[in-house]
Amino acid sequence: MSDIHTSSSGESHGSVTSYVIGFVLAVILTVLAFAVVATHSLSPSGTILALSVLALVQVLVHLHYFLHMGGGSEQRWNNMCFVFTVGFVAIFIIGTLFVMNNTAIHMMSR
Amino acid sequence: MLGRLSLSAIPFDVPILVGTFAGVAIIGVAVLGLITYFGKWGYLWKEWFTSVDHKRLAVMYIILALVALFRGFADAIMMRTQLALAYAGNPGYLPPHHYDQIFSAHGTIMIFFLAMAFMTGLFNFVVPLQIGARDVAFPFLNNLSFWMTAIAFILVNVSLFIGEFSQCGWLAYPPLSESQFSPGVGVDYYIWAIQLSGVGTLLTGVNFFVTIVKMRAPGMTWMKMPVFTWTAFCSSILIMVSFPVLTVAVALLGLDRYFGMHFFTNDGGGNQMMYLNLIWAWGHPEVYILVIPAFGVFSEVVPAFSQKPLFGYGTMVYATCAIMVLSFLVWVHHFFTMGAGPDVNAFFGIATMVISIPTGVKLFNWMFTMYKGRIQYHACMYWVIGFMVTFTIGGMTGVMMAIPGADFVLHNSLFLIAHFHNVIIGGVYFGYIAGMNFWFPKVMGFKMNESWGIRAFWFWFIGFYFAFVPLYVVGFQGMTRRLNHYDNPAWHPWLLVAEVGAVLILLGIVCQLTQLYVTIRDRNLPENQDVTGDPWNGRSLEWSTSSPPPPYNFAIVPHVHELDAFMHDKENGIDTRHAGGPYEAIHMPKNTAAGILVGGFSLVFGFAAVWYIWWLAAIGLIGVIGTVIARSANKDIDYYIPADEVARIENEHSRKLMAQAAE
Repeated sequence: MSDIHTSSSGESHGSVTSYVIGFVLAVILTVLAFAVVATHSLSPSGTILALSVLALVQVLVHLHYFLHMGGGSEQRWNNMCFVFTVGFVAIFIIGTLFVMNNTAIHMMSR
Repeated sequence: MLGRLSLSAIPFDVPILVGTFAGVAIIGVAVLGLITYFGKWGYLWKEWFTSVDHKRLAVMYIILALVALFRGFADAIMMRTQLALAYAGNPGYLPPHHYDQIFSAHGTIMIFFLAMAFMTGLFNFVVPLQIGARDVAFPFLNNLSFWMTAIAFILVNVSLFIGEFSQCGWLAYPPLSESQFSPGVGVDYYIWAIQLSGVGTLLTGVNFFVTIVKMRAPGMTWMKMPVFTWTAFCSSILIMVSFPVLTVAVALLGLDRYFGMHFFTNDGGGNQMMYLNLIWAWGHPEVYILVIPAFGVFSEVVPAFSQKPLFGYGTMVYATCAIMVLSFLVWVHHFFTMGAGPDVNAFFGIATMVISIPTGVKLFNWMFTMYKGRIQYHACMYWVIGFMVTFTIGGMTGVMMAIPGADFVLHNSLFLIAHFHNVIIGGVYFGYIAGMNFWFPKVMGFKMNESWGIRAFWFWFIGFYFAFVPLYVVGFQGMTRRLNHYDNPAWHPWLLVAEVGAVLILLGIVCQLTQLYVTIRDRNLPENQDVTGDPWNGRSLEWSTSSPPPPYNFAIVPHVHELDAFMHDKENGIDTRHAGGPYEAIHMPKNTAAGILVGGFSLVFGFAAVWYIWWLAAIGLIGVIGTVIARSANKDIDYYIPADEVARIENEHSRKLMAQAAE
């Protein structure tokens, strides 16, 4: 099994530095998100916008530093899985918005 | 100290449960006593419980599934008996409090612990062998997955005797499942059983995805991969994408119950419709997770017993992938009546109908494979042909209910119950049993008894129609699901017929048990032995190794030239095994107790969380984390089988093959 198990397709597995940078960034983004809500420093819609942006950046940080997503050609499988995941998540989120919004209108729940 | 747990939690006042408990206790003590008497604890621990061998885990998964079948079926026949009795003023023998637990447990057990465990068992056994691999990608995770599933099943069964199980149906819809309306421990048992088994299932999905992507034998390109492996691949993807949704949905329900949050409550801004949306975004892919591997089994059985290659391999693969994607676009058909408008319902109705097209393609492929084939009516083929008829009917009633207008009439009626049993028994169960009959000689080294297998089939097949066609009828007459008693005289005769059907299915299960008993009793008869490892003139790589396969599966990893690799080698006189070597030492994973320890601590944690025994929950959680850390720090996880040993095992098999050929 050795030959099968040690075969690697050349993804980078990161270094201690990159993991620490990623971790620090993740912590900062998380603290910021809690701070925005706890201090009421923005208007309600501003808070939601800020949280969305922070969440998106958080996702990108995780993808880059922890999941080692990149643009190299050896990353084909990684990227394919990612595109596939994004596709399914998009189906799910857009579908949910479509269904729940439509239901809310018809059931006059708001 | 013991949270909500007190002696009053034990249902001494319910004679059925006391009787069941006495029965389980006697059987349990007898089994444990026999193991001790024969001194088999060490053997079980070393060779099975701590094993990371995918073949051993497959056997344990299938045993777990069969135990779950008995528990789930006991629930089923109790419900049918209740409905046969509880008519016109007769309350029946099951009070609503107990009856509601039974139907909830029936659904939960049959889906999560019969169907999922059986499917994982088949994956474990067949996939590594079919792709020419020596094990799965993560052997330890495989063992851990098994124990998470097993302890979740134990947790469900503990609820039978300590406390109660959920009374909210197998998906625990809020607001009924919120603490306001279900203050007891039932829903908490449900939540923790689902979450713990979900860990196991998700890890299984990851494991088989990586195994199939990374560990195929050299030369096995995607379009040379056997169809069962394709279906396992698609099913693993569906597991990875959909199970996190289930986890989140049930976790939010748990937050509502444990921390007084308001995700799905009636007040405080909660929206129970969101729970339906989330749970079915998992639930619909889930039924395809189960049925796609069954399609894979049929695609292996039909060519083997028609002595022909599979008709339309390419279309089979594309149909499987199409079903995989489409299964994500249909979840709303489970709640057309929730109140969405015609645009939403029309979209999901049409998407649902579209799924029947690739499924139909598959059915025609199997029939064209049989066409002009030399069909052998082996027991597996009975299950396959029974599937074709039954599943087609189930599919058509499904398309009927995909019409939102029709669904408004049929929603949550017994028509729906008849429909999904029609596809799950006729598709999933028949498929898995066909697979068990088909691969049994590979697992054990001897064939299953055929005549009892065929008897089991006829009882199941006829029993199915007796049990569920009446439910279609009473469903049309307006009988809703989960009724405890009724007073409509038009329904009563049909429910009596359904009871007869349940008894016929019981006889089918008895025949299956007899089949197992007779198979094991007659295992040493020469006609039952599988000496060659290829009892059905098989087409794919699993038949090229010995039965049962050696721990390392393949002494020399086979090279794949064509689709149906082993058949190609046989026809061209290529020795797939490379008998005679030269052999090399083979790198193997060591057995580990970490899986069963994590499982055991998780069981403690789950039980404690159900009863609010927080100190015990902390011990369980620390145990889980500690075991994981200890396991991660352990470097002594592998060993080598020396080349001499490999040569000895292989030469032994070659000798048997030659003796067989000389006869």
